[in-house]
Amino acid sequence: MKTPKLFGLHAKPGGWFGFFLASLPFLLLIIVYMIASDARLAINPNDKVLPSFSHMADAIVRMATKPDRRSGDLLLWSDTFASLRRLFIGVGAGALVGLMVGLNTAIFPGLRAMSRSFLTFLSIIPPLTLLPILFIAFGVGETAKVMLIFIGTVFVISRDLHLYVLQLPKEQITKALTLGASDLAVTYRIVLPQIMPRLIETTRLTLGGAWLFLIAAEMISATEGLGYRIGLVRRYLAMDVIIPYVLWITLLGFLLDWLLRLAVARLYPWYRTGKE
Amino acid sequence: MNGEQIRDGLRKSSLLHIEDVYKRYGSKTILDDIDLSVASGEFVTLVGPSGCGKSTLLRLVIGQEAPCGGSILMEGEPLGPPTPERGVVYQNYSLFPHLTSIENVTLSRRLALQPWQWHSRKKTILEEGMHYLEKVSMADHAQKFPAQLSGGQRQRVAIAQALIQKSRILCMDEPFSALDPGTRESLQMFLLELWEETKMTFFFVTHDLEEAVYLGTRLIALSQYYTDDRNPEAPRGAKIVVDRKFGPSDHAVSPSVKSTAEFASAVQEIRKQAFDPHYLQHVTSFDLSHPMSWVTHNAGEVAGEQPVQPGPGR
Ligand SMILES: Nc1ncnc2c1ncn2[C@@H]1O[C@H](COP(=O)(O)OP(=O)(O)OP(=O)(O)O)[C@@H](O)[C@H]1O
Ligand SMILES: [Mg+2]
Repeated sequence: MKTPKLFGLHAKPGGWFGFFLASLPFLLLIIVYMIASDARLAINPNDKVLPSFSHMADAIVRMATKPDRRSGDLLLWSDTFASLRRLFIGVGAGALVGLMVGLNTAIFPGLRAMSRSFLTFLSIIPPLTLLPILFIAFGVGETAKVMLIFIGTVFVISRDLHLYVLQLPKEQITKALTLGASDLAVTYRIVLPQIMPRLIETTRLTLGGAWLFLIAAEMISATEGLGYRIGLVRRYLAMDVIIPYVLWITLLGFLLDWLLRLAVARLYPWYRTGKE
Repeated sequence: MNGEQIRDGLRKSSLLHIEDVYKRYGSKTILDDIDLSVASGEFVTLVGPSGCGKSTLLRLVIGQEAPCGGSILMEGEPLGPPTPERGVVYQNYSLFPHLTSIENVTLSRRLALQPWQWHSRKKTILEEGMHYLEKVSMADHAQKFPAQLSGGQRQRVAIAQALIQKSRILCMDEPFSALDPGTRESLQMFLLELWEETKMTFFFVTHDLEEAVYLGTRLIALSQYYTDDRNPEAPRGAKIVVDRKFGPSDHAVSPSVKSTAEFASAVQEIRKQAFDPHYLQHVTSFDLSHPMSWVTHNAGEVAGEQPVQPGPGR
């Protein structure tokens, strides 16, 4: 039987053809942009809305290599560093606290009874509505921004891990007890190692939301950061900076996602085996 | 001797003593006044129709759940939550997915240590673990995770994992039920060899009657298909309807017994007594011929009976 390459249920687009198929939508997007940009620039060479690729390249090289006149920093790098720092601290704290809360409330019925309604209540508050409160409480410095990311991620992570632990077969806990595990050993030596890959996966999925909170907080109040820069140059309609910045953020997000996926595969080889 | 004296003696002398045990889920009675004493070294097999409460009884014995009435004693002491003196092997989930075979087998040893003691004891513990893996012919798979093993291999490792802790009684819930006939037979042989060698007490749940008759020195059938003097409409839970001695009590028999006429007729008989919904024996005429067997009857079950009946085998 001949397997079709593109159409139907049994198609197997592989090799170079598969690569070509994957690149096609990107190529189309770039071509459409170029046509639109050329058309606008032909009418008005000073048009700022759809800058040409060379224009954007100039702008981003300038941001990356020329010290800023006012602060003397290489803006692209100092912005990236500031943003990633906030993101890592916020998401890291969210993952750590989420892990501990999710794990312990799932294992110990007493803690579960005490925390369930409260955690559900907290998790339903839209984090962005807390932003003004955070700015008032913690000032406009780093704490408020990190707190927003923390609040935006911690409940998702703790609830997901809580449910995941509850789904582990009850037999496993009994089994561990019959092997001599204490309550704490069951929690931290049997269950904790089993949910680590899930923690990384959940964290990976919350990164999208974390970026949202980061950019939002930076646009409202900051002195550096990727979101701050985009918000700042928006006033001058500097699309030649905004578009590369958006692409850069996307690339960073993509890299983080890839690294976390790699970490799960490398550190926890047992996690995927048997599920595929 | 009257029944009460026998029961009181067994309460102290038997390894596992189950007395007047009930289990209900909601309004549904699953186990209806179970009485059972198990001596050390017995290979007890427990059979019964699907859903009759075999796993429930096993969970009570391990301590995963508590009975709604009655008492369960282990060497004369009331049972608490699960402890290492009662080991367990399940049909699934006995192995921890994040640990390799050798890590699974040595887990009970490692749990007995604080993490910082591990380094100095590592060598002896791993050697012991490998010894047990060799025993179950799984030494070549020591570094594999459970997901990388076949069902039969997983059960071998699970048995090694439970054996290493040297519990007083090893409970198994249909450990071979998901295996193909060949693997299953070889694991049955293997389990009998182990039992002969270690003199451990096994409590083995299965829904396969032939497996139960072949493996056990004592066969217990649990069934909800019986009658008594209670209102016929009254809801009933399962009772022990068969308690019989099989084979020699100290050494295993060869699988060739399976083709004898005696074996076939025993299987036929128990199938009728425990698995046939239309064959209802009265509570006073159960086949409780095992020498350790004794029963009490609860109110109304038997009109005008003495409270404790020794097994007819006595
Ligand atoms: N946690 C529970 N809540 C409510 N009902 C339960 C629970 N566990 C078991 N049951 C019921 O108790 C009965 C006995 O279940 P059990 O698992 O002990 O049967 P079994 O004899 O082991 O059956 P099988 O041979 O299919 O494994 C079933 O009718 C089941 O629906
Ligand atoms: Mg069962």
